[in-house]
Amino acid sequence: MNNLIILPLLIPLGAGLMTAIFRKNILFQRIISILAVLLTCAASFFLISQVSSQGIQTLQLGGWPAPYGITFALDMFAALLILTASFVSLACLLFAIPSIGQERERYYFYPLYQFLMVGVNGSFLTGDLFNLFVCFEVMLLASYVLLSLGGTKPQLRESIKYILINTISSSLFLIAIAYLYRITGTVNMAHLSVLIAQAGQDGLITTVSLLFIIVFSLKAGLLLFFWLPGSYSTPPAAVRAVFGALLTKVGIYAIFRVFSLIFYHQPETTHLILGVMALLTMLLGGMGAMAYWDIHKILSYNVIISVGFIIAGFTAFSMEAIIGAIYYLMHDMIVKALLFLIGGAMIGITGTSKLKEMSGLIRYHPLLGWMFFIGAMALGGIPPLSGFIGKLIITQGILEKGALDPFFYALAAAGLLSSLMALYSVVKIFTNGFWGETLLSKDMEKISTKGLIFPCVLLTAISIFLGLGGEVLYPYLAAAAETLLNPQIYIEAVLK
Amino acid sequence: METLISVLIGILFTIGVYLILSKNLLHIIFGSSILSHGAHLLIITMGGLKKGAPPLVSENAAAYADPLPQSLILTAIVINFAVTAFLLVLAYRSYDVLGTNDMNQLRGVNDE
Repeated sequence: MNNLIILPLLIPLGAGLMTAIFRKNILFQRIISILAVLLTCAASFFLISQVSSQGIQTLQLGGWPAPYGITFALDMFAALLILTASFVSLACLLFAIPSIGQERERYYFYPLYQFLMVGVNGSFLTGDLFNLFVCFEVMLLASYVLLSLGGTKPQLRESIKYILINTISSSLFLIAIAYLYRITGTVNMAHLSVLIAQAGQDGLITTVSLLFIIVFSLKAGLLLFFWLPGSYSTPPAAVRAVFGALLTKVGIYAIFRVFSLIFYHQPETTHLILGVMALLTMLLGGMGAMAYWDIHKILSYNVIISVGFIIAGFTAFSMEAIIGAIYYLMHDMIVKALLFLIGGAMIGITGTSKLKEMSGLIRYHPLLGWMFFIGAMALGGIPPLSGFIGKLIITQGILEKGALDPFFYALAAAGLLSSLMALYSVVKIFTNGFWGETLLSKDMEKISTKGLIFPCVLLTAISIFLGLGGEVLYPYLAAAAETLLNPQIYIEAVLK
Repeated sequence: METLISVLIGILFTIGVYLILSKNLLHIIFGSSILSHGAHLLIITMGGLKKGAPPLVSENAAAYADPLPQSLILTAIVINFAVTAFLLVLAYRSYDVLGTNDMNQLRGVNDE
């Protein structure tokens, strides 16, 4: 029992409620939001140190013993993701304050932002399948409103599609939970894992697990990503960065959790299907990223590529590959937020998202340009930066599996090819947007970049630290991967 | 009894999917509503439809109906209610701004 692990959920909830009351006092809202995000960062550092010294921390809400009440369980995997998510949310909040505009600030932008973080952190924390559904819905409802807040024509059009897709996938999630409840009689994840291990994963349970694959793939944009490029190109830059960095990653987290803790008995079916989906996702995402000349579209398709890459690492299901996948997941949250923020700044400066209508931004914005360059290199996986280590370990892990099943050779090849495609697509933004003849003079620019630089510097620094300080992180990643590979550790912590 | 309700749920899903695939935005919202009705009914059916008293301790019965699916449904209903309300208002607003509720006309990039 550790009451503190609920802090990453309680802090943003409290801040959200407080800022909702004083909606006209913008200064107060800003201060409270920043304080809340900083507190969440501090709390997650503290929780990581606790988890690394004392193992998995659990909280039985209301004091009811495990399978009967709702359990919150914080293992190293979840703790690392909460920490990364709070850094991303700090940077995006700092970016939002100067750029989001008074209209949105007065109409509950900050409360919604905090509620989004409640949903994200809650999804990482929970140890109960139905509670996961509820946390998903908290996150999604906040994201619906953030997506449509402002009410411009493209926003209205895309948010209708986004909400419809998500209501349908939520219905499917409910259906999957109902089937699983019929088969096992519980919704607690650790208890589910025990019951399924005892009874054996028969065809019926595997079928239900395939339904979970569909549900979480819709959320994560794994192969079923048709809704993603459109809806991620309409909201303002800060919101887009939070979406691109966090929302799909929660779906990935759910896939990791459910398929390592509950449905791990039939990897030749479930993990192979995930592998095939990851392969197609990487290739299709890569093609999309290369095809467009639009910053929104290129960055959205890059989100899709990395979802495929992380799941590819997960499907190899060895210690090495999982460590790589977790590392890459953290790296990707940071770097995607960085690229979306700088992309947003570029669009803000030029007033267009079309690459063919901009050029030569580096003359007046050298810092933005070089930070984008660092982000692009990290995304492509160039050695000293963060993407390299993740890609290296994942590819090694996948290749080791290749001896057993030649499919994994294809998966590794697709992974490397998609890295090349991703690198090409972001370097295309860099060369077209930043190099070349300077079209806009200083006073023709649409917005000033004052205040937008600092959050980008923060994210770049974290990304460089992830690359150079991989050694420091290694024990934490290894602990996270060990819990994922040995569900027994998680089960014993929850059902003691 | 479970078989009968399962067939009914199947019919609800069919209607829901058919409506979601239609052109009119309002029909699509009805469809997603019917789909979630099906999902809620499925939860209660999967909890078992055996005979028993309502889950109230004061009933003093020998057997009770399973209370867990009922609370799951109650949660799912309010969530669905909120989403549907938001979706309806959004549809109203986009009819105001975009001037159409035909999904085929909502696809283009002509407003950018």
